[in-house]
Amino acid sequence: MTRFIERHPAWALIALVAVALLLWLILAVWPPGLEEAIGRKRVFLNAVLNGITLGSLYFLVASGFTLIFGLMRNVNLAHGSLYLFGGYIGYAISAWTGSWILGFIIAFIAVALVGIALQIIVFRRMEGEDLRQTMVTIGLSIVFADLMLWAFGGDFYQIQTPSWLVGPIELPLVTAVKSSGEAVYLRYPLVRLVIFVAAVVIGIVMWLALNRTRVGMMVRAGVDDRDMLAATGVPIQLVFVAVFALGAGLAGIAGVVGGTFQSLSPGEDTRFLLASLVVVIVGGMGSIPGAALGAVIIGLAEQLGSVYIPTYAIVVTFLIMVLVLALRPQGLLARR
Amino acid sequence: MSLVQSAPETTQPAAAPRATLLAWPEFNKPAVWLVAVILLIMPFIASGFFLIEIFATTLILGTIALSLMFLAGYGGMVSLMQLTIAGFAAYMVAVFGMSANTNISLGWPWWLATPMALVLATIFGTLGGTLAVRTEGIYTIMITLAIGAAFYYFTNQNWAIFGGHTGINTIATPKFWGVDWRADVPYYYVTLGVAAFCYFAVQYVSRAPFGLALQGVRDNPRRMAALGFNVNAHRVAAYAFASFIAALGGVLQVWNYRQISPGSVSVGACIDILIIAVVGGITRPIGPYIGAFIFVILRTFALDLLVKLGLDGNRFRLLIGLGFLAIVFWSSDGVIGLWERWRRRATTPDKRAVGGHGHG
Repeated sequence: MTRFIERHPAWALIALVAVALLLWLILAVWPPGLEEAIGRKRVFLNAVLNGITLGSLYFLVASGFTLIFGLMRNVNLAHGSLYLFGGYIGYAISAWTGSWILGFIIAFIAVALVGIALQIIVFRRMEGEDLRQTMVTIGLSIVFADLMLWAFGGDFYQIQTPSWLVGPIELPLVTAVKSSGEAVYLRYPLVRLVIFVAAVVIGIVMWLALNRTRVGMMVRAGVDDRDMLAATGVPIQLVFVAVFALGAGLAGIAGVVGGTFQSLSPGEDTRFLLASLVVVIVGGMGSIPGAALGAVIIGLAEQLGSVYIPTYAIVVTFLIMVLVLALRPQGLLARR
Repeated sequence: MSLVQSAPETTQPAAAPRATLLAWPEFNKPAVWLVAVILLIMPFIASGFFLIEIFATTLILGTIALSLMFLAGYGGMVSLMQLTIAGFAAYMVAVFGMSANTNISLGWPWWLATPMALVLATIFGTLGGTLAVRTEGIYTIMITLAIGAAFYYFTNQNWAIFGGHTGINTIATPKFWGVDWRADVPYYYVTLGVAAFCYFAVQYVSRAPFGLALQGVRDNPRRMAALGFNVNAHRVAAYAFASFIAALGGVLQVWNYRQISPGSVSVGACIDILIIAVVGGITRPIGPYIGAFIFVILRTFALDLLVKLGLDGNRFRLLIGLGFLAIVFWSSDGVIGLWERWRRRATTPDKRAVGGHGHG
């Protein structure tokens, strides 16, 4: 952090000003002039919170994607299919047993098993052939998409939010002040906040596992130099399988999350594949903190864009990607 | 058949003007002449449905896939945005030309709207390529896929220029010299002409100094840079050339369907182009056309075939996906590679055939 400030004082200043401005916009009571210019504060706050919670969902999808890429150099273009598969499994389980949590657990296990099968049956055979692996994942995504269309049809599914998470709660964020001097607080759906907290917890656990455990050390060493790690006697195939299982399982969990606060339908797989692509391009390939940063940026850009410039919202996301590629092609937080 | 028989005679190099023609190895093979003749007399053999739905569609998809083949085969850059460039050209034809959406279309005549669309699409593709060459290898797929997907979602959202998710309908097609060029037979010849032009252009460029330098860049960018070649400039120029070919395909496509909507530029369609190129083989320009033919035949007849076999007719994409997986698993060079391996095995039965490895 300090090194970044030392090396790029101008960028650090710009980032600082942007964060300060955002904090002021979130915390302060807006003067009437500002409300006239860009609309109600409640709309803005909702967009920001939606952006951050959407970012947490993107993080769940993209962290698995970036982990798999970082270690195995495998651009898993079937990642969106794993997401959708997890969502459908979660829907089936939670509709059958009525338990939301159980849906998460089974979706994680089921999709992780698919990931293990893919790694052992398919990708192990073509190790080191990046392009061929990518082609295979494209073929797999087509096959999976059609199989899921076969099994679940083209309908929209939404996973039932459990009763203890239904409904909004009041946040200590003032949206407006009434003429009587009474402050109006923001009300926001509880389930989204819970999911945000869960994503943060998962992110921290992953960071700790990668940076503080022996297995994490092996994974990091594998990211840096796969061959040398194998030469030191580490059972690298086992590490590969474990990482693929974890990455796929995270996509499965993300599917349940996405099915809860959005919906599941054919085509969502491509949407989330695109989201994870953009997130890891912006954040930096193979970097978990990069995925987190990219996910928040893209989530915010998407939500704020769809509120303030509805017909050009996707262009904002795209421009961010272009800007990052132009200034820092390896991504914001990638080491190189 | 007489033409086929006479073809080997032309292999004898004789007059000087003929020598330039014979510098193209294609003209020395009888099979090539046979295919050319069949394609030329196709309107007298095939009915309107076959002519347009099978052969013209094959030529269009093949041309778009050819642009991908050029980038992937000679430049080592697998770009998934070739269909997006074609779709962009198609949208531009609709926007500048005449259509039923009078609030969008500017109503230019076709001879003005079409070059405009080609130029804009080439610029669009070149800009996308400039972005994509900032990274290498496997990243190219991701960035071009992101560009393609972003364009798809953008056309869906934007009503002012792209007509939202309904797109633009009843686009006017060229009529001049007393010919309706969208009528089956003239249209077939237009597609055939454009496809042949693109095919030979790619063949020519692949042997021109630029194409050779590009192949050098594919094989060893660092050495080429050390030799004084501007690696990125060659890559961007390759994107520009490929974009122009894809744009030609896009213009033909919009004349064929007379409408354009986001569905035509969806991510699935982008991936179809990759499938076509890979199934056909990305080492030679003929590959994409073979791939496109297989793809179109499957797409058109898979439903009937599946129903006849007592299966669900809607599982066409499953078939395509499995076929693609099989090709990627067993041959690194698509159908051409399979055929060549089979032929090599047939000619030298004692030696074990060696398939090519890794094509990027």
